[in-house]
Amino acid sequence: MWSEFLKPGDFQLILPMVQPALFGLGILLTDFLLEPRYKHWNAGLAMAGVGFSGYTLWQLRNLIARNGDQVGFNGSVLVDPFFIFFGFLFLAATALVILLSVRYLEIEAEHHGEYYALMLFATIGMMFMTSGIDLIVQFIALETMAISFYILAGFLRRDRRSNEGALKYLLLGAFSSGILAYGFSIMYGVAGSTNLIDITREFSRRAGGGVDLLVLLSIVTVGAGLFFKVAAVPFHQWAPDVYEGAPTSITAYVSVASKTASFALLLRLFQTAFWPARENWVMLIAGVAVASMTVGNFAAITQTNIKRLLAYSSISHVGYVLLGLVAAATGENVNETGLQGMAFYLFAYTFMNVGAFAVVILLRRKGLIGDDLEDMNGLFHRNPGAAVLLLIFLLSLAGVPPTAGFLGKYYIFLSLIQTGHYYLAVFAVLYIIPAVYYYFRIVVHAWMRESSDAVRPSASPAQSLVLTVTVFISLVAGLYPEPFVRLAGYSLFLPFGSLGR
Amino acid sequence: MHFFQNHILSVVLFTPLAGAILALFIPREQDQAHRVLGNIFGFAGLIVSLPLVWWFQPDVGGFQFMENLDWIPSIGARYALGIDGISFLLVMLTTVLGALSILSSWNAIQIRKKEYYILFLLLQTGMLGVFMSLDFFLFYVFWEVMLVPMYFLIGVWGSDRRLYAAIKFFLYTLAGSVIMLLAILAIYFKNHETTGVYTFDIPTLLAAAPHFSQTMQQWLFWGLFFAFAIKVPMFPFHTWLPDAHTEAPTAGSVILAGVLLKMGTYGFVRFSVPMLPAASKQYAWIIILLSIVAIIYGALVCMMQKDMKKLIAYSSVSHLGFCTLGIFVFTPHGLSGSILQQINHGISTGALFLIVGILYERRHTRMIADFGGLSTPMPNFAAIYLIISLSSLGMPLLNGFIGEFTILRGVFEVSRVWAAWGVVGIILGAAYLLWLYQRVMFGAVTHPANEHLPDLNARELVTLVPLVLLAFWIGVYPKPFFRYLDVPVKKIVVGVNPTYYDKSERATIHVEAPLPAAAPVGEAGQPAAATPAAPPAAERK
Repeated sequence: MWSEFLKPGDFQLILPMVQPALFGLGILLTDFLLEPRYKHWNAGLAMAGVGFSGYTLWQLRNLIARNGDQVGFNGSVLVDPFFIFFGFLFLAATALVILLSVRYLEIEAEHHGEYYALMLFATIGMMFMTSGIDLIVQFIALETMAISFYILAGFLRRDRRSNEGALKYLLLGAFSSGILAYGFSIMYGVAGSTNLIDITREFSRRAGGGVDLLVLLSIVTVGAGLFFKVAAVPFHQWAPDVYEGAPTSITAYVSVASKTASFALLLRLFQTAFWPARENWVMLIAGVAVASMTVGNFAAITQTNIKRLLAYSSISHVGYVLLGLVAAATGENVNETGLQGMAFYLFAYTFMNVGAFAVVILLRRKGLIGDDLEDMNGLFHRNPGAAVLLLIFLLSLAGVPPTAGFLGKYYIFLSLIQTGHYYLAVFAVLYIIPAVYYYFRIVVHAWMRESSDAVRPSASPAQSLVLTVTVFISLVAGLYPEPFVRLAGYSLFLPFGSLGR
Repeated sequence: MHFFQNHILSVVLFTPLAGAILALFIPREQDQAHRVLGNIFGFAGLIVSLPLVWWFQPDVGGFQFMENLDWIPSIGARYALGIDGISFLLVMLTTVLGALSILSSWNAIQIRKKEYYILFLLLQTGMLGVFMSLDFFLFYVFWEVMLVPMYFLIGVWGSDRRLYAAIKFFLYTLAGSVIMLLAILAIYFKNHETTGVYTFDIPTLLAAAPHFSQTMQQWLFWGLFFAFAIKVPMFPFHTWLPDAHTEAPTAGSVILAGVLLKMGTYGFVRFSVPMLPAASKQYAWIIILLSIVAIIYGALVCMMQKDMKKLIAYSSVSHLGFCTLGIFVFTPHGLSGSILQQINHGISTGALFLIVGILYERRHTRMIADFGGLSTPMPNFAAIYLIISLSSLGMPLLNGFIGEFTILRGVFEVSRVWAAWGVVGIILGAAYLLWLYQRVMFGAVTHPANEHLPDLNARELVTLVPLVLLAFWIGVYPKPFFRYLDVPVKKIVVGVNPTYYDKSERATIHVEAPLPAAAPVGEAGQPAAATPAAPPAAERK
């Protein structure tokens, strides 16, 4: 029994998730003992959890570099470069958001330990979403992440927008999870197993016999559930309201970490179980991608609230990332440029988007929410450094060289041209133009409008650190992208090729 | 010195950038320091580029001063620089105009000096990079990078409708260039299909691309076309130009007209024509048609302008029509005339914008109706303005004449009708420029405010006199300039119009040794030298 279900080495494989869980529980316990003015210690504990997790993740990287990919818990958890890459990305996003949160929560007067604990729990969920290769593990991981986010989105209890956003998020999220679970159940029904390796084998066998409606139904339902999580059109309606209502730090977190984790899960499923049927879903993905870019870009043009604007723009970014999957799934063999492009894009997006939200967070102070375009007015005169950083983040989001965002888009275009999707490529590049337009609306307010507001927003040391890191990545990954390109290349995984099962 | 000689392009490229980075560390309150620093680095950029004049060897084919370093090995992008005769002239034009326009901003820019000079220096680096890049990826990066500082120059320091003009400029140019990105990627993959190498190296692609299939060339041609046509701007894509040029601050207009527009024509000369000769020939008539429309339409619109700056802006549409016309007739005269005319346009239109800027600084208006009789209070100004006007309209002994004449000669070889339309454009050009001069400078002083306008001061003279001297130099003795162009232009013409040199040589000199065709004809009893219509050897078999 012991040897079959729980090998001695298994525990090591989930140590990066166990550590944040312990620290999260620790925060819940010690929070009672802390006086309000010491609440920032919670953030310190959370950072320690992230740090420990990062350290063990690094050890795992060394382990699989020596011994190859590792499977544990009777084939339900997989440690491979894909997991290592995304694991580090989640930890980085979590760390950045924790650093952004301290000052922000003090201003909001909602500085509670639960906030940090929930962030750690969400991180655990995201990491299991990436490492799980069993439908049950994946589903529970997804729910762990989602439920943490439902609470975090409504964390400003006294704010009506926050409550509204959280409720909307919960209801629609539960609905989409139901659809996803339905899809998972069909997969289980078809394959007779919840293990992704077995399912892949069964789906490959069935792919030989033409279009299989059951398989197709599972693809569509699972796809719908995941499209909701990444906020792709037509499952995007929750995003603007949640982004606007949630605490800004959580908006940043949802927009990068939750999205990246859901993309990781999506990639894991579509590259394994659904891969044999790719001819059936490529056009579906392409349609969703084009719709996301269209709706996201055009809806963003008219927004007057920065958080809503960034919400719509993030929908358009989803479209670009999905195009990478379209390119990857075209042709006989997997197009690695497309997958590498997705990984690079998500990596760049994480940093540039957190950076942009960090500038919005700077504007928050007692009596000013700071998320309206008008609140940006004259930022250049009030804090030139922040205005320059904002410009760099927005240029990167828009995809203007030499920034990380450009390289990300570049990789997507590269893969589309390589696989002959010329029309999609033309669509994708032309949508840069509305994107530049609405991002530059923010720039105009920050750089060229005079402000009636004399207060100079300043950054706390933690916020300065976040801004430094994000701007460094946004620029360096554009000017000298080679190491980051290699990193993205590292994340590519062969669907269970090295497991030999 | 040796290091400098080997890396002179990098030095020229990054001198302005170094100035911009240095300026970042000087507090914003020190206005004077920023102004001085900007000018120092503006002129330093010119000084370090001067050795090129001596070191560049015009008779050697191919690119010179090449630098080639790894940049992004995973995609085959490299940091590769190099110039030939065409890019040499444009690089020099950029450094000269850059230094002069920074100097011209001395008093014109009163707010936010730190950012102004930083952005201007960044812009300078971006433009130089476009002309120097020998890597398509690097070229694209510079091409786009330069949009951002220009956006701010127009948007922050421009006049009333600056925000509209700035974003219009940005989006318009961006629309063309993103399509170009796709074309670049298509060339990249197509080259890989045939040679098995992933590279953005421009000399390699220049050699490989002409062998692509006709259909492929057609697609690529249109992919590149929009980027360049918008930048030039060619006739239906020109609507951003009057707004951007009019709203930009003086120095911005000088750079826009003087250098930025040349990127479009440079793109045609460097990429479209040599890379895609088959498609270029196929679609040449469209471009020629659009060029002629631009020449005539631009000139007619100029006649109706009330705003001096807008008039000069529209005159660019007309003048650049000559440049594209010269390129797409594929004759050596057309091409070298076109490139020389690009330089000329940079000099004369740049100077015209400086002149409008000088008037604007004094009167804070650009309306023609607000002036009149200025030659009385400002005699030196009147003289220089007259020379520049004559240079722009193509007066012999001045630079514009040489450029337009050479272009028309090249066009004439192909079609007399097109040349005739070009001549009409020159006449109209004379009309609007002289009429403008007459309304502004001659007659009695109609507005009391104009009575005591100060004449040019020393700084303004320094900005204008070099351009006047250049105008005379090119007008009187253009040979050194053409010498830079001979080799690269011949290479382009041979690529796109291979029969041109055959024909012209047969028509003038006796048939030379490489034609074995002489032998059989000789058997028929005719002297070989007397057969000007000897068919090419390939047809014979």
